[in-house]
Amino acid sequence: MTKAIEVSGLRKAFGDKIVLDGIDLDVEAGTVFSLLGPNGAGKTTTVNVLTTLLRADGGTVRVAGHDVAAEPKPVRRAIGVTGQFAAVDELLTGEENLQLMVDLSPVDAKDGKRIVAELLERFDLVESAQQPASTYSGGMRRKLDLAMTLVGSPRIIFLDEPTTGLDPRSRRTMWSIVRDLVADGVTIFLTTQYLDEADKLAYRVAVLDQGRIVAQGTPDELKRRLPGTHVQLRFTTAEELDAAARILPDATRDDESLTLRVPSDGGTASLRALLDRLDEYSLSAEEFSVHTPDLDDVFLALTGHGTEVPTT
Amino acid sequence: MTAHAMVMLRRDFKHLTRNPTSVFNAVLMPIVLMLMFVYMLGDAFSVGVDYVDYATPGLMLMAVCYGLGGTATAVNADMTKGVINRFKVMDVSRGAVLTGHVVTSVLTNLIAIAALVGVAFLLGFDASASALDWLGVVGMIVLLATAAGWFTVALGLAAKSPETAGMAAVPLVMLPFFSSAIVPADKMGPGLREFAEYQPFTPIIETLRGLLAGGPSAGDVIPAIAWCIGIAVVGYVWARSTFSKRA
Repeated sequence: MTKAIEVSGLRKAFGDKIVLDGIDLDVEAGTVFSLLGPNGAGKTTTVNVLTTLLRADGGTVRVAGHDVAAEPKPVRRAIGVTGQFAAVDELLTGEENLQLMVDLSPVDAKDGKRIVAELLERFDLVESAQQPASTYSGGMRRKLDLAMTLVGSPRIIFLDEPTTGLDPRSRRTMWSIVRDLVADGVTIFLTTQYLDEADKLAYRVAVLDQGRIVAQGTPDELKRRLPGTHVQLRFTTAEELDAAARILPDATRDDESLTLRVPSDGGTASLRALLDRLDEYSLSAEEFSVHTPDLDDVFLALTGHGTEVPTT
Repeated sequence: MTAHAMVMLRRDFKHLTRNPTSVFNAVLMPIVLMLMFVYMLGDAFSVGVDYVDYATPGLMLMAVCYGLGGTATAVNADMTKGVINRFKVMDVSRGAVLTGHVVTSVLTNLIAIAALVGVAFLLGFDASASALDWLGVVGMIVLLATAAGWFTVALGLAAKSPETAGMAAVPLVMLPFFSSAIVPADKMGPGLREFAEYQPFTPIIETLRGLLAGGPSAGDVIPAIAWCIGIAVVGYVWARSTFSKRA
């Protein structure tokens, strides 16, 4: 398979602050690659370098076969970028926003009208096409933003946190749009804070933490390294915790918070078995909760610290 | 002008028509100021000529300055909302985005000044300028508006938010009050007077005043043009470098 994006040893600092500290990644053409990380990990900086907006301090970046620093023009012709904040012109209508993109891209003027009409149709924006973008909801803005990116039919699309701040329905719409694009052979480079988003969309995922890639692989490979779903029990006294730990040998205990983490598939049968077992020994937990792994767990598992950016 | 710059200009003009507040600031504020100075305060100043004749050139310059707040805010909104980044990755010609804003700013200024001069004539403004002098007035204003336009575009690009961009243009709106726009500099107190005499707006206003009275003096015209070119160069270089650096 050919590589749409090849990055090696990418470094970038703003003043004394090192934002990207030697990043290596490859994205195969026609796949979704997801860069997963919390706020401040360096996701947007990575996108800015890959899309020719920022110059790297070190390393090489090739996008669509061209070096981004030496040949930015052919790179720009091959890519489309939808940034973290919907970059739509709020004083123009939806249709005018798309027409603006047509006017600025090498698209033929007579194809332009058709392209605008098709995109409005495809993104379900026909009814609001004559309204100024300032009246659009968050989900509609993101859709318009993405439609604007598609005007020049780019082969590689960068989506920087495309669903942050969207309601669940708009998120699902965005996901299905991404899947359609990949079905058409487009390469997608997507950044996200959400593990489930990377899991559902990406062919490969890289986890970014404080400017370094701490893990890379398919979603399944990464999940194998995770603690998995578990039940958390909290007790009121150390004696109860001791007793529970004795009857549940698989569990890991935390003496400080008086909690016990019991591995479980989260299904009703295993939960009933667990509760029955506690009952059998006349133990009762003050608090009971089921945890599925989230980004925090990934970080804890991969880096030994959570997603909170250290303040120092 | 490139095709991209024309597209940008069309866009910026659409903005102007859909954002009546900035049009109000740019066109109506100078007229309101003129009515206020001429009717309310004019009789209190003794300037040797009819006050409307004295104040019109100064108010022309103020009209340029009042238009700048809108330019700074518009440029900054493009920068902070990611619109400029979008244009940058689309390989839109680097100059087009900024040139569009500068040209819009200059045209807004010219519309505001045309309206202002119209009102001045209604108030009894009496210019002894020849057609050639009027051409000189237009030339001076275009030069000033272009210089101030580039400087304001740079301010707008560098500001953190549209609010601070609007604030950054305030000194440009205030500066004319400390020039010979409203009262002659030699009527001001010590300190302020020296400031008024040496700040860039005074020779520009005196040039306009001279042209409208039918005879500018080289002692005003040369520093006026030099200031404008200086401000234009600083603004242009600053704007271009901020545009390519900030992402």
